[in-house]
Amino acid sequence: MSSDTPPVLAEPEGQAPEPVRARSALTEKAGLGDRAFAGSARAAAVFILVIMAAIAGFLIYQAVNAISQDKVNFLTSFAWDPDGNNTNGVPTFGIAAIAWGTLVTSVVGVLLGAPVAIGVALFITQYVPRKLGSFFGYIVDLLAAVPSVVYGLWGLLVLDRHMSGVSKLIEDVLGWIPMFKTNGTYGSSMFTAGVVLAIMILPIVAAISREIYKQTPREQIEAAYALGATKWEMIRLAVLPYGRSGVTSAVILGFGRALGETIAVAMVLTTVPGLVTRILQPGGNTIAANIAVQFGEAFTTGRQALIASGLVLFLMTLIVNYVARLVIRRSTNKAGA
Amino acid sequence: MKFQRYGAVAGVAVAAALALSACGSDNNSSSSSTTSAAASGSAASSCPSGTLNSAGSTAQANAISQFIKDYQTKCSGTTVNYNANGSGAGFTSFVQKQSDFAGSDYAMSTTQAAQVKSSGRCGSGEAIDIPAVGGAIAVIYNIPGVTASINLDAKTLAGIFDGTITNWNNAAIAKDNPGVTFPSLAIQPFFRSDASGTSYNFSNYLNHLGGFAAANKQWPGKAGQGAKGSAGVAAKVKSTSGGIAYDEYSYASQNNLTYAKVSNAAGDYVQLSSANAAQFIAQAQVEQTGADTHVVFNYNYSNADAYPAVLVTYEIVCGTGNDSSKLPLIKGFLGYALSSTAQSELTNLGYIPLPSNVASADVKAVDSLS
Repeated sequence: MSSDTPPVLAEPEGQAPEPVRARSALTEKAGLGDRAFAGSARAAAVFILVIMAAIAGFLIYQAVNAISQDKVNFLTSFAWDPDGNNTNGVPTFGIAAIAWGTLVTSVVGVLLGAPVAIGVALFITQYVPRKLGSFFGYIVDLLAAVPSVVYGLWGLLVLDRHMSGVSKLIEDVLGWIPMFKTNGTYGSSMFTAGVVLAIMILPIVAAISREIYKQTPREQIEAAYALGATKWEMIRLAVLPYGRSGVTSAVILGFGRALGETIAVAMVLTTVPGLVTRILQPGGNTIAANIAVQFGEAFTTGRQALIASGLVLFLMTLIVNYVARLVIRRSTNKAGA
Repeated sequence: MKFQRYGAVAGVAVAAALALSACGSDNNSSSSSTTSAAASGSAASSCPSGTLNSAGSTAQANAISQFIKDYQTKCSGTTVNYNANGSGAGFTSFVQKQSDFAGSDYAMSTTQAAQVKSSGRCGSGEAIDIPAVGGAIAVIYNIPGVTASINLDAKTLAGIFDGTITNWNNAAIAKDNPGVTFPSLAIQPFFRSDASGTSYNFSNYLNHLGGFAAANKQWPGKAGQGAKGSAGVAAKVKSTSGGIAYDEYSYASQNNLTYAKVSNAAGDYVQLSSANAAQFIAQAQVEQTGADTHVVFNYNYSNADAYPAVLVTYEIVCGTGNDSSKLPLIKGFLGYALSSTAQSELTNLGYIPLPSNVASADVKAVDSLS
């Protein structure tokens, strides 16, 4: 799910038969070498599947082992104490609070990051000269090259201090909604983590959207202009509808990345016991951050429980990616028609 | 087409990488790495040659690195590795025979001891704890306008960390600090979100003197926010006005954070210093059954110069049933680490040297390893 996704997205399905033809032409001509390579490639493919199955089996075995020892409901409990540190060795752990935190931080990240990313993509493809656009594109892509631990440090040491003012403003305006109420303290909140995530997903969403907007058919743009449309009307008539499904899938991919982000969130968020529903006040936890924080000190059941939580995260990202794929398929069908 | 070709090559590469990494994962007992312990000649007992692998506690990592550096200068034929991956991970690698001993923030629980026994890690024998490094826990805080070192009673601290005292202008805090004016500012307590020996020992102190919940490596307080690691806690207190936390002494001094005087059993407020913490640790009882050695702090000791919020970290090692090729290495290195030469280096690193009664019990334990 890195920045090499755009070519995959852009590749039309119609090309699939071509390589097959090429291969058969080759195998007719030359014998042993090609067959050996084809064989080894096939073996490699099968081998990957076998290894993947083995890994999956191992993880599921560990997870089931932990969940069977759990004395509370794994899906609904808020506590995370698989080694029984607070309960004389009785494992009590549940995924609810950290899964909730994962979803909330990622949703905040996408809500803040996606509009900016789409705006950046429109600006680069439609508003600035081509050369300048590719320069800006390069700058945005650079954001993706910043290691996430650096985002974490920045979030912890710089951003967090400045979030109090923003959070207070939001509370003053929207405080009548329970979610935006606080106990008077701000910072280290799921909102702050969401802002960090927004910046982290910005490059991938902007890059994919840029590639899609770039492909808007020239004729449609010209047609819009011919109808007397201004630049903004042209974008609304031609560019946005053309890119809608592709950009949607870009946003969903960004959401998937936000779900799995680990170290930056672990550094920014502080944890409090139980479920956190107020997103502006300190506290919260995500599945990935919980694994990063707890793994070093976890004993046998603790490790297995963390693996179980990892599987839940895997399922969540799988669902998100599947949805993205559905959207892409729909969009390519439409383009072909 | 080009894509496909690269794809195939990449596929092979990925498969190969996976296969290789699969080979290198679990359960490779490290016994193969060295069997050259037939150390010839004179200094055989003190300087065995070979490689000793260890892992565990991050809290004692700096101390162990210093020991390793000095020991390897002394014994050029010995290599000692310490992987500071956390007490839990270190213990797991010890059970899986990847480590010859493990560093731990706390003595083994009965569950852990049973796990060693059932895994057959030490043959028919059992694993034991050896106290190795002492430390002190500072109570750090950030109150704008209050620059002097404040006094905090253990009961006040328990109230702060349980959420019954929520503002710095609370009467209990004022009572501890006659003459100091506190602002009306919400108290924001921070604790370690990861399991930690610092949490264990600080809650132990509050439990004995402040009526707090029982000692626990997973912080048992009811109020505040958890931050990751000693560094994370220090950073949060530094950036949060009204913040307070417990943290290892070295993090408090490195971050230029002011730390409080805390109360002892007689209600005196004791300044934190290496000497004061050492004086308190020296009063600890040593409980030794066979080679298994534990330190039990005497929280009733009330000398006005003995700082009571202290900790001791342990090494976990097989009491009997050690790999015969590793035994001289384990004895040599741990023997050195517990010597007064090695322990005297600790003060500069922010740790507290073990008092003589603990050290001599330790030496007896290390000598009896087999």
